[in-house]
Amino acid sequence: MTTRAPEPTTAAANPPVQPMDVNLLPSDVVRASAMPNLAPPERQLTKVAKLIDVSKCIGCKACQSACVEWNDTHPAVGENVGVYENPHDLTPDMFTLMRFTEYENPDTGDFEWLIRKDGCMHCEDPGCLKACPAPGAIVQYSNGIVDFIHENCIGCGYCVTGCPFDVPRVSKVDHKSYKCTLCSDRVAVGQGPACAKACPTQAIVFGTKDEMLAHAETRVTDLKSRGYDKAGIYDPQGVGGTHVIYVLHHADKPSLYADLPDNPAISPLVEGWKGPAKTVGLAAVGLAAAGAILHGLFARANKVTVTDEVEAAHLVQTETGQPASPALVPGQGGPAA
Amino acid sequence: MSREYSEAGDHLVSRQPVVLSRYRWFTRLNHWIIAITTILLMLSGLAFYSPMFYGLTALFGGGQTARWLHPFLGLVLAVGYLLIFIQLVPRNLPRRDDVVWVKHIRDVMDQNEEKLPTLGKYNAGQKFVFWAMGLLILTLLASGIMVWQEYFPDLVAIPDRRLAMLAHSAAAILMLLVFILHVYAAIWTRGTIRAMTRGSVTGGWAFRHHRKWLREVAGRARRETSN
Repeated sequence: MTTRAPEPTTAAANPPVQPMDVNLLPSDVVRASAMPNLAPPERQLTKVAKLIDVSKCIGCKACQSACVEWNDTHPAVGENVGVYENPHDLTPDMFTLMRFTEYENPDTGDFEWLIRKDGCMHCEDPGCLKACPAPGAIVQYSNGIVDFIHENCIGCGYCVTGCPFDVPRVSKVDHKSYKCTLCSDRVAVGQGPACAKACPTQAIVFGTKDEMLAHAETRVTDLKSRGYDKAGIYDPQGVGGTHVIYVLHHADKPSLYADLPDNPAISPLVEGWKGPAKTVGLAAVGLAAAGAILHGLFARANKVTVTDEVEAAHLVQTETGQPASPALVPGQGGPAA
Repeated sequence: MSREYSEAGDHLVSRQPVVLSRYRWFTRLNHWIIAITTILLMLSGLAFYSPMFYGLTALFGGGQTARWLHPFLGLVLAVGYLLIFIQLVPRNLPRRDDVVWVKHIRDVMDQNEEKLPTLGKYNAGQKFVFWAMGLLILTLLASGIMVWQEYFPDLVAIPDRRLAMLAHSAAAILMLLVFILHVYAAIWTRGTIRAMTRGSVTGGWAFRHHRKWLREVAGRARRETSN
C-alpha cells in the first residue's frame, strides 16, 4: 500500500525512494477556465512559491537546461545574433528563459548586468485563466499553481491575450498552449521544481509562500546593508500576488529587468471582454430573439391584400400600355436578365 | 430608360397575375452562402464567447476544429458580402423618402400604408441592415485577423490584441441583433422570403412595399415590348 506524497517545502531535498501516490488531485482545483460553477475543494493545500533572487543569479542557464530535461521539450538549435538570450524568446518548447539587460546606473555610474529568469508567474488572479474559453483547459490548484491541461486546450490564443506577462506560447505543431507548470508533476510527488533543484547558487528556491516571503525579507535586508537601498520583493498585488516572486536590487524599477511590468494587472480591456459586458450582450440577444418571436406570434402579420394585387395589375396595365393579357413568358416580354 | 429604382436583372415575369423577378440566381446563391456561413460563425463564435455555449463546438467535431474553422468561414463571409455589397450598394444609398419612412416607423408597424411614402427597391430598414452588416463584417474581419493565432500570432502587439478581441465580441453581438432583425422582418412582411428562394415577388407585394420599383420595372417592360 502506498501513501500520498508530502507537500514539498523545498527543492533541495532528494526524492524519496518508496513509491508514493500523487498529491495534487483534480479535487484540489480551485479555479478552472470557463467553469464558473466549480465545486469548492475539500481541502486547502499550503500555498507554495518559487523565489528567484536576481542578485544571486550568475546567468548559467542551468535552470533552462533542467526545465528542458524535466519537461522533455526539444527547443530547436538557435542562431547566435550576438546576445546572451538563448533561445531569443520563450517558445512552446522553452518554458523559462534567462533575460539579460545591460544597465548603466545613473546614480552610481556603475555598469550593471541584470539577469532575470522569465517564465510564468503563477498569478493568484491569472489573466490566462480568465480569458480562456475552453472548459478546464487552465486550472489553478489550491497551492497556487496555475497549470494548462493540454487535452482541453483548443489553441485559440486567448491566454496570450489575457496574460499580463506575455508568457503563454501556442505550438505550431499541436496547436496547444505551453508555459511553465511550476513542475506541478514534481510538486505532486513531493519534489520542488527542476529549475530550483538545478540552480547552483540557490538564486532559485522553492517552498511555502510564507517561508519564501520570509526568506526574501532576509535577502532584502542583506542587499540594503550592501548599499542597494531600493532592494525589495516583487510579488505584484495587481494580480493578487504571484507564486513566482523575485528579489530585485532595483525593486522601485522592475521594468529595468527586461521589461518586467511595473504594475501588472489584468487589462481592463480583458475584464471588459470577459466581464459583465458578456452577460449584457447575451441578455440583449435573448430579449431581441424573444421579442421577435412574441411579436411574430401575436402581432398582425404584414400581409399583401387582394386590393394590392388588383392595384398592381392596374398599375402594370397603365405602365405597359397594354390590356391585361395572358402571362408573358420570361425572355419574350421582359428585358433579359 | 435608365434605372433609378431597380437593379440589373429586375424584370416583369408575368402580367396576369403580376409577378416580378427581384433577385437573380447569382444573388440568391450568394445570399444563402452568406446566410449559412453566418449561422455557422455564430454557432462556433458563441462557443468561444461563453462557456454556456461551449457544447456547440461538438457540431464542428470539437473545440480544436471549431477554432480552426471559424476564421476560414469568416473569410468566405467577407468575400460573399463584398460581392453583394458591390452589387446592391447603388440602391441602398439613402434618399429623402427614407427620412419620411423612418419618421413614420409607427405607421410601418401599424400597417398604415397610406401614410407611408412610396419606395424604390429598398426601404430604410432594409438599407440599415445592408449598411450595418457591411460595417460589422468589416470590423469582424479586421479584428478577427488581428487575433488569428494560427497565421497572424505576431501581427499586432498584445495590448492591441486585447482591443481587437473586445471589438470582435461587441461586433459579433451587434451582428446577431441585426441578424434577428433581418430574419424577423423577412418573416413578418409576408411574401418576402420567396424573393430569396424563387427569386420573384407578386405584384401586390411590390405595390404595397416598393411601388416606385414596381412602376419602373413595369415601365421598362413597356419599352421592351414596344421595340
